[in-house]
Amino acid sequence: MNLLTVSGSPHVHADQSVRKIMFGVIISLIPAMLVSFYFFGLSAIILTLTAIVSCALFEFLIQKYILGNEPTISDGSAMLTGLLLAFNVPSNLPIWMMVIGALVSIGIAKMSFGGLGKNPFNPALVGRVFLLISFPVDMTSWPLPQSFSTSLTDVVTGPTPLGIVKEGLKKGDAMADLMQQVPDYVNLLLGNMGGSVGEVSALALIIGGLYLLYKRIITWHTPIAFIGSAFVFAALLNLANPDVYVNPFFHLVTGGLMLGALYMATDMVTSPMTPAGMLVFGAGCGIITILIRVFGVYPEGVSFAILIMNAVVPLLNKAFKPRRFGV
Amino acid sequence: MGKKIESNLKNMILSLALISLAASAALGMVYNLTKGPIEQASKAKEVSAITEVLPKFDNDPTASSKTTDGLTLYTGSQADQPVGTAIKTFTEKGFSGRFSLMVGFMPDGTIHNISVLDQKETPGLGAKMKEDKFKNQFVGKNPGAFKLLVKKDGGDVDAITAATISSRAYCDAVQKAYDLWKAQLTDGSSNTSAADSLKGVNQ
Amino acid sequence: MSNLKFFTNGLIKENPTFVLVLGTCPTLAVTTAAMNGLGMGAATTFVLVFSNVLIAMLKNFIPDKVRIAAFIVVIATFVTIVDLVMKAFTPDLYKTLGIFIPLIVVNCIILGRAEAFAQKNKVFPALLDGLGMGLGFTLAITLLASVRELLGNGSVFDISLVSENAKTILIFILPPGAFITYGYMIAVVNRLKAKYNL
Repeated sequence: MNLLTVSGSPHVHADQSVRKIMFGVIISLIPAMLVSFYFFGLSAIILTLTAIVSCALFEFLIQKYILGNEPTISDGSAMLTGLLLAFNVPSNLPIWMMVIGALVSIGIAKMSFGGLGKNPFNPALVGRVFLLISFPVDMTSWPLPQSFSTSLTDVVTGPTPLGIVKEGLKKGDAMADLMQQVPDYVNLLLGNMGGSVGEVSALALIIGGLYLLYKRIITWHTPIAFIGSAFVFAALLNLANPDVYVNPFFHLVTGGLMLGALYMATDMVTSPMTPAGMLVFGAGCGIITILIRVFGVYPEGVSFAILIMNAVVPLLNKAFKPRRFGV
Repeated sequence: MGKKIESNLKNMILSLALISLAASAALGMVYNLTKGPIEQASKAKEVSAITEVLPKFDNDPTASSKTTDGLTLYTGSQADQPVGTAIKTFTEKGFSGRFSLMVGFMPDGTIHNISVLDQKETPGLGAKMKEDKFKNQFVGKNPGAFKLLVKKDGGDVDAITAATISSRAYCDAVQKAYDLWKAQLTDGSSNTSAADSLKGVNQ
Repeated sequence: MSNLKFFTNGLIKENPTFVLVLGTCPTLAVTTAAMNGLGMGAATTFVLVFSNVLIAMLKNFIPDKVRIAAFIVVIATFVTIVDLVMKAFTPDLYKTLGIFIPLIVVNCIILGRAEAFAQKNKVFPALLDGLGMGLGFTLAITLLASVRELLGNGSVFDISLVSENAKTILIFILPPGAFITYGYMIAVVNRLKAKYNL
């Protein structure tokens, strides 16, 4: 047993552990969870539980029987991955697809690289993108919110506000008409729109994000750079031609931008270590998101943007090394 | 085993020249042997695609094909009576770029059948255009009345789920074929080629 | 090494796909259906066997300084023969494999075996080596392609194993699926090799 780890000074003790951080994040996701349960009903609850249980189970099985090391599911990281994965898919996704997503998140994106702390890409997002490419039809039929319903069938599906705008613009509809078709800003902020389980309510996600900041689990750098760059880029496009490029506020409250900026991009394992690196990382995410949303094939680009920036994190860590103390 | 020859200039030139000579002789021979079968294979392919989209015919449509702006037109006839026109058409608007179709028109302009010649659209999405479920909605329709646009764009075509781009491109290719079909119809009497009449349409 | 060893070497111990990781371009690109894997493997095996034999025969007449150029001419000749023959007699398979048939010329397995084996050995061992390596390659990519076709399309060798409307995991017949499947197959092969000491 190696009880004492000796490293160079300064020795700083913080009352933090992986377990505390993971459960802190889970607590901060409760408001968004409640909103999604309210809008999407029982199916969202079942889907979320499935994701959490199957992620934890896969982590346990892989660690115990394939890698042969001590299972570490009690640290809560697998459950958090499951929760975030469920938040990133439509609530009417078939359960077996959710299980495949969990297997990909844990098995391919996390355990293949050696487990917690060694994965270059955000596991929940890898799972989501895998599902999106594999089952494009199911991953893009969004149930429209209906105040708490217990029915598992008969959901009305429809496009997300981003989808409405993208399709409409391609067809040549006027921007003003399209804005009539999407929910107003109050509803967008509350989350009363079609979308993935946990991404709809910007307000609930911001409340959770503030809790994370207060608990010092995340710093402000990545989310602000992410949201800020997306806003500035969208605003520049909007100024250039408001008939073709949608209002920047619309980009902030729709799709997975808030969920991505506050929870996905701030994942400690897959984001840069220094504040300067985080700023560049966040800015890259924001710009790529808007590029994909405006010019790409998909109406939404948050997950691709974060995964692309995940890939450059080692370079950012090299470019923005922390200065040695006293130098 | 003999000794390896030295790497001097004479040997190098000689060795490479001999090897190249032998290689080109061998290739020339194989080329001659396969030339016939290759032509036959490509013709058989064309004929089978035409057979698939036209009613029964007994002439050789490839003998009288006309090519206009990249579209090729074949006329099929049974006992010297024209039974329909097959048009090999293409589009550049596919999700993965160009793909081509063979569209068969009856003498009255209705679509008899469509077959996909080659495509590289996404498997499971755009590639579903090969399936009957999508194709059959065109069969028996006259593009004069049947609007060749996906429903999202105000037309009559049910797009493949999650593959609107491929569906749009498919409609684009069929529309091109129909435009050519209409153009050759109007110039049939005046004996000008389809190319001239198309130019006329464009002007 | 006995003659048999020359042959079995390429099958498992030095399998070009799973152990040497050579020729990954066609391995990743054409393995969307088991039939394509088999066709690609057969074409590559043909080129590999004949170029190995010819290079072993000619090795004393090829000066060292121009050997790569000479090898490439020999290999390119056989590739062109395969290309023409497939175009004439298997037009459908030729169309699916497309550019990857001419690209056999730059497949590292072939030049690699010419350089590392054929030019240093007699004709018969070179023949066995080419055959073994070719079969090892064919086996590996057919296996890879079968797994991808099964997961991504629900069929193996075009024989459908699921109902028509069943949802399959599309990503496996798309490029990312090639990398994922290939990676895990190498992992499995490594584990089995370690376990059974192959």
